[in-house]
Amino acid sequence: MKKRSRIWHLFAIPVAMFGFGYLMVPIYDVFCDLTGLNGKTGSLSQAQAEHIEVDEDRLVRVEFISSLNRNAQWEFSPDMVSMMVQPGRSYAASYTAVNQKEEAVVGQAIPSVAPAKAASYFNKTECFCFVQQEFAPSESRQLNLVFVVDPDLPDDISTVTLSYTLFDVNSTVIQKPFSRQDDV
Amino acid sequence: MNAYATDAHHDDDHHHGPPPGLMRWVTTTNHKDIGTLYLWFSLIMFFIGGVMALVIRTELFQPGLQVVDPHFFNQMTTLHALIMIFGVVMPAFVGLANWMLPMMVGAPDMALPRMNNWSFWILPFGFAMMLATLFMEGGGPAAGWTIYPPLSLQTGNALPYLIFSIHLLGVSSIMGAINIIATIMNLRAPGMTYMKMPLFVWTWFITAYLLIAVMPVLAGAVTMLLTDKFFGTSFFDAAGGGDPVMFQHIFWFFGHPEVYILILPSFGLVSEIIPTFSRKKLFGYNSMVYATASIALLSFIVWAHHMFTVGMPLAGEMFFMFTTMLIAVPTGVKVFNWVSTMWQGAMTFETPMLFALGFVIMFTIGGFSGLMLAMTPIDFQYHDTYFVVAHFHYVLVPGAIFGIIGGVYYWLPKWTGNMYDEKLGQAHFWLSTIFVNILFFPMHFVGLAGMPRRIPDYAVQFTDFNQVATIGAFGFGLSQILFLVLVIKCIRGGKKADDQVWEGAQGLEWTVSSPPPYHTFSPQPVIK
Repeated sequence: MKKRSRIWHLFAIPVAMFGFGYLMVPIYDVFCDLTGLNGKTGSLSQAQAEHIEVDEDRLVRVEFISSLNRNAQWEFSPDMVSMMVQPGRSYAASYTAVNQKEEAVVGQAIPSVAPAKAASYFNKTECFCFVQQEFAPSESRQLNLVFVVDPDLPDDISTVTLSYTLFDVNSTVIQKPFSRQDDV
Repeated sequence: MNAYATDAHHDDDHHHGPPPGLMRWVTTTNHKDIGTLYLWFSLIMFFIGGVMALVIRTELFQPGLQVVDPHFFNQMTTLHALIMIFGVVMPAFVGLANWMLPMMVGAPDMALPRMNNWSFWILPFGFAMMLATLFMEGGGPAAGWTIYPPLSLQTGNALPYLIFSIHLLGVSSIMGAINIIATIMNLRAPGMTYMKMPLFVWTWFITAYLLIAVMPVLAGAVTMLLTDKFFGTSFFDAAGGGDPVMFQHIFWFFGHPEVYILILPSFGLVSEIIPTFSRKKLFGYNSMVYATASIALLSFIVWAHHMFTVGMPLAGEMFFMFTTMLIAVPTGVKVFNWVSTMWQGAMTFETPMLFALGFVIMFTIGGFSGLMLAMTPIDFQYHDTYFVVAHFHYVLVPGAIFGIIGGVYYWLPKWTGNMYDEKLGQAHFWLSTIFVNILFFPMHFVGLAGMPRRIPDYAVQFTDFNQVATIGAFGFGLSQILFLVLVIKCIRGGKKADDQVWEGAQGLEWTVSSPPPYHTFSPQPVIK
């Protein structure tokens, strides 16, 4: 009887490890959030941002870049190449996206910050990446964000690059289960 | 059915052999039969995977595209790896474990005989599914055996077949591993304490724990691929908040322990063979056990050295670099112990010993190139080049495979009751060793010079070394036919082997007749 139960314990290990495989997904996210790895940016409410002390003596260059993924049918670019900011002060920036398709599309922008060390000091209080963006056929629209660079940003960092990748959510998520496999 | 219980009550009426006919093999629950099935299956897959390797080498004989189209070439590289790992090395180890573990620990059979039958018979179906994709529209999986998304998600209908076949292979090896653990924990002969177990038993015991810990993680990873492709999840899709790099983390959390699954039982085999032919006890038995256990534990915290180039922070790269290099310590202990076992021994060089010696020398070469790859700054140069290909083929072919072949030669007389043809065996060893080096050594050079892996075409300056490697590949492949001939000859007849077989052999398996009766150790022996 004792031997039999020991064997059932053995079966529990694979079951638990299968679960652990899935558990690695949230662990990975939390780990990236905590360490700012993977360019995951910090976030802050507007109210909190107003209480940050501004570091008047320091200027940090923030660069903006954009990229598109796979079959995304947009023109997508930042409205300014870069700006000089004082840590602790809120700034607004914007990107412009033009839907080049003759049909409505939905996009999702994914941010990333380089160098990775700076990511957790780059806080967005408002961002078009917080929600999916719907575009009418051929619509052109300005996409806005408001950000604050944390005054605690390490001294050796003088340039922070913010990158957005715009994903076509129509074809990747919504239609994916059935239409994509027929195309292959 | 329950030979264990009936034998205890009325002893001698039940010493019957196997039932006649083919159904014997389908319905068998005998550990020796199942071991034989595993070993034959592994040998057949070895030739199938080998033919794929020869397709690859034929295409690479010259730069440019001449024999196969690139998409088919990619299918060959992908399936060659999957077959050699899951279809050859792992089943061969499980087959050897089935045959020998019960005899080595003095058990009448495996602890869970019916599950044993099941875990073997899942395998042919798993591989039938995987290989069937080659004949489907769109062909087989071609994204590499590591099936990284997003590329692997562009696979056509082969993807679900591949994923379900990986599930089946996983279920099979998990059941096999549980069976081995249960056998070792519950069925050892009275008096055989853990620290008296032969090393092949020890290394398998540890390997079995690795298997049940990481195969389910692979199953999880491929299931995520499946749901990403067909059910709208976004584990690895950045648009939905996922991350393709996460797949690499999950995959290699499985993948690194997996490479030790592929080598630890061979360590055990070599640790059986070398003492026998040195006529000495194994040097440093305890340290061998602890070294094996340390390698297994360390294997869980080194996985990201397979992905140094994904953009990890410096601290992460340092951590994975140093833990990886730490593994060289217990591995070095093992190599030291094997050499010390031979020191001042009365050595003879029969075929099993030759393969074991080849293992020690050439596995060490592979280990050293592994250390080079472990260094992060150097790995940026070597990543995804033929240097990596040379490294893992050195540890897997003259490493894992030579260990298996050595083990087969070592126990073949015990299994069949006949001595194998020693001359043919020696020829097999020398041809294999010469050609395996002609095959894989030049890959170091083209790798260092920058030839990327997994491509059907290459820059012309790599031509000479690639031609040498291709010649080596055909030589090595054809030499293995000698092995097949030798095994068949040995089964059919030859000089009768006595029970002891090898002069210096120690252990319970040599106390039974050659070939052993269908049921061994029904009354268990007592170890003093």
